[in-house]
Amino acid sequence: MSMLKIDGLDVWFGRDRDRVDAVIGAAFEVAEGESFGLVGESGSGKSTILRALMGLAPTWSGNMAVGGAQITKKRPKSFYKQVQMVFQDPYASLHPRHSVDAVLGETLHLHGFTDIDARVVKLLDDVGLGQKFRFRYPHQLSGGQRQRVAIARALAPEPQLLLLDEPTSALDVSVQAEILNLLADLRAEHKLTYLMVSHDLSVVGHMCDRLAVMKNGEIVELMDVAALRAMKATHPYAQHLLQASI
Amino acid sequence: MDRLLDIENLWVRFPTRQGVFDAVRCVSFTLGRERLGIVGESGSGKSMTGRAILRLIRPPGIVEADHINLDGVDLLQKSEKDMRAVRGQRISMVMQDPKFSLNPVMTIGDQIIEAYRLHSKASKSDAYAKSLEMLEAVSIRNPERVMRAYPHEMSGGMGQRIMIAMMLIPNPEILIADEPTSALDVSVQRQVLDIMDKLVKERGMGLIFISHDLNLVADFCDRVLIMYAGRIVEVCDADKLHEAQHPYTQGLLNSLPRLDAPRDRLDVLTRDPAWSEAPSVSGRL
Repeated sequence: MSMLKIDGLDVWFGRDRDRVDAVIGAAFEVAEGESFGLVGESGSGKSTILRALMGLAPTWSGNMAVGGAQITKKRPKSFYKQVQMVFQDPYASLHPRHSVDAVLGETLHLHGFTDIDARVVKLLDDVGLGQKFRFRYPHQLSGGQRQRVAIARALAPEPQLLLLDEPTSALDVSVQAEILNLLADLRAEHKLTYLMVSHDLSVVGHMCDRLAVMKNGEIVELMDVAALRAMKATHPYAQHLLQASI
Repeated sequence: MDRLLDIENLWVRFPTRQGVFDAVRCVSFTLGRERLGIVGESGSGKSMTGRAILRLIRPPGIVEADHINLDGVDLLQKSEKDMRAVRGQRISMVMQDPKFSLNPVMTIGDQIIEAYRLHSKASKSDAYAKSLEMLEAVSIRNPERVMRAYPHEMSGGMGQRIMIAMMLIPNPEILIADEPTSALDVSVQRQVLDIMDKLVKERGMGLIFISHDLNLVADFCDRVLIMYAGRIVEVCDADKLHEAQHPYTQGLLNSLPRLDAPRDRLDVLTRDPAWSEAPSVSGRL
């Protein structure tokens, strides 16, 4: 069964003379439990697809379906229980004056959980932080620890589909390895489906089963990781990207 | 090989409430007309080393060294006024993020012309012509339009190339590039590197390339210093980086995902406290 199905998705910003078409006719499908990557240069529209999916880019048209249910302009509360997003910059995505406990507690409260205390403990354990980080503020955490908190927050409503917008590009390579391992473990443990955006082909090659290469808002090639490793890209831009990343 | 820059026993210290924190400890290296890479994680002191060379660290930060010689003259002995003649003109620095290093309320043309005229007595029209020429040199299309534009109208890659153009107009002997490409895409990254490479070769400039990207440094530089917790743990030739001896360097290399060698789990770096205890390796030739 397909977890996510996108068909003929257009996203644009501005209007008339200033209109920018950020995504043009994107179409792909992500099966349940799969990990799907979107790669391309900045401005190619890969993050915009995630934002349109989450409702952060309101001007879109086309078909998007999560778990068989079409996405409408007004998303029901159950949608956010199913789909969650982790943002690129862990320094910007946590409230500087809310403690880790407040961040996770509020999310759990909003999703109607009652056993908040036990769940906060479990979430922190899941992302490998543990109890002692519970009452810390973001400025008391390193970049990798912050990204772990952001992942814990995304996991709080027990989603099935996790959207990862360059989750490691703001981190050091040694920390990147920890976060990528954590994401791989969580995926196996919670049976998650990932849609991951990255400009780093080797990260996508490590994490994903299939990927789409984007350029100027269009998906120019869909391929699987075996083809990526064998450098068998058919589209000239995809080849260029492969060459540049070695 | 002639030495442009010779640094011995550099320390950068910051007094804190918990005692003195040593950001850079006993770092020594020389720079010739070459591309010298400095790699390490965030907090390893690599940016602080770059800033200390230009004496950009402000009190309460303390910079100490036996000497920081630029062509045999110790920069630490210079007055603040004399340093101003060094900064920009003889040693330039390109910072990490073009968004924060360009003035948002000045056009790019005005900024480049201002930077140029501060260092030379050129007329405005000469400065304009020179700026156009530099923008072309860093392969910016349509430089007249860019000269009139404001920084927010530029993409990250263009902003970074503009910064490089601005830094190179006074024709410095040394360029310190602090993570110049980490905000950029792979394809744009390559262009920026090619530009810097060309300048090093054509003008005989010395380049200090600070980065956390090991593969990039191995590919681009001639010599690499690997820093950990404020000290240099290893010095090696860039093409031999993959044969590095120090466990920290090996750990960093192994933690990278690779397209040609897929693995289920990536190796996580285990840190040995002995690494930060041991004395610094000298990078002097």
